[in-house]
Amino acid sequence: METILKVKNLNVEINKEKVISNLSFEVKRREILTILGPNGAGKTVLLRALLGLLPYRGEISWKKGTRISYLPQGLNQLRVRHLPISVREFFELKRIEKGETLKFLELVGINEPNAINKKIGDFSGGQFQRMLIAWVLASNPEVLLFDEPMAGIDIGGEKTIYSLLKSFWEKKDLTILLVTHDLNIVYRYSDNVLCLSKKEGHCSGPPLKVLSPNILEKLYKEPIGFYKHRRHK
Amino acid sequence: MDSQVIVSLITGVFIAASAAYLGTLMLSKKMALVAGPLGHLTLPGIALALLYGFNISLGAFPFVILGIILIWLFEIRTKLPMEALTAIVFSSGVAIAFIFLPVAQAETALIGDISKVSFLDMLFSVLLAGGVFLATKKIYKKMTLINISEDLAKVEGISVKKYNLIYLSCIAIIVALGAQLVGGLLTAALVAIPAAASRNLSKNIASYSILAVIFGVVSAIFGILLFRITKFPAGPLIILTSALIFIISMVFVEK
Repeated sequence: METILKVKNLNVEINKEKVISNLSFEVKRREILTILGPNGAGKTVLLRALLGLLPYRGEISWKKGTRISYLPQGLNQLRVRHLPISVREFFELKRIEKGETLKFLELVGINEPNAINKKIGDFSGGQFQRMLIAWVLASNPEVLLFDEPMAGIDIGGEKTIYSLLKSFWEKKDLTILLVTHDLNIVYRYSDNVLCLSKKEGHCSGPPLKVLSPNILEKLYKEPIGFYKHRRHK
Repeated sequence: MDSQVIVSLITGVFIAASAAYLGTLMLSKKMALVAGPLGHLTLPGIALALLYGFNISLGAFPFVILGIILIWLFEIRTKLPMEALTAIVFSSGVAIAFIFLPVAQAETALIGDISKVSFLDMLFSVLLAGGVFLATKKIYKKMTLINISEDLAKVEGISVKKYNLIYLSCIAIIVALGAQLVGGLLTAALVAIPAAASRNLSKNIASYSILAVIFGVVSAIFGILLFRITKFPAGPLIILTSALIFIISMVFVEK
């Protein structure tokens, strides 16, 4: 498969602090790459650099003319959901016409007859995510960049969203770069993992090979999945 | 109805409509109150305009711009929070205004006086307010996307800096125009209240914008007509009318 993205010796500084240093990796067409790492490791920074939103040193080269669609963090926040904006208007922000909007809503399983005139905040959490997926896919991208798209969604909802994404991926010529904390998703859906860590260095490869318990513990500094509640006084 | 009332009404309606429309964007960006301190900044300019007898908005505008530039420069120099710097700049503006402003004209500066606008003032306001209205319409979708996610907007090829500049210029012009209608003290209300009332009732951008404009216009007309009857100043009457609309809108809140 042809290479769609090539990153070589990438260095990104924010406020003179090194966030990403000497990172190199490649993404092939139709690959699903998950970007892992503890908070502050630079996952979002990496995505933003890839999109050309941040200054960097090194090399980032996309295959010429690649159409990228980006779903940033936090669209699920109440701030956005409380805006008085209908689904149709929300799609129009990206110059997506009514016909396309209807088509993609249906593809993600939103079939209510009047969904297009609904206020975006009136959808339930899971439906809102589906709507966002439709929103991202409707511009017909070759590459999807997702920054923790499912934060704040209940687990049941999360599963449907990822299987939905996967089914799109199967039908279309899609390459997906995904930031997530959820290791289940990583094992189930991704071809490759890129883990970012300032102290331990970066690692990359297929999840089963790369993500040994040892590495995971180093990455997150403690066994994952547990944390203790402090007792209230 | 004499011609002065018609001139006042036309001026008031245009300024209120534009302020309300722009206000819907400002409210979505949680910037509705910004018009408050900016309005206070206009006071020295209004003082000058009243002393030398020229158009109030014309006097107000340079001071809004000066104030914004000062806040911006102070911010670069000190890294203090924007709100503290705004407090310093706008209260100084008020203080300066009151040193130079004859007491007799203080009321006009603070709460406006739409009853004295001339035909030329009206033309000037209609042109500028109309311009702001069209500019707001032009930038509305892009600003909404920028508001939802600046990064996403950039990825979509939108020049965020350019649109922010147009947006801020619109705010500066509306504040200067608003000073004429409701005075330096009440400009925030002109952008905030109709938008807030409309948001209570709206599920989409279309009704959000249209209702806000209607509320703004109705408030301006009511305020000015009430002034003719009661002789209370028009500025506060306009604001109180829109506050009443807001209270009524709360009954029908669209959650």
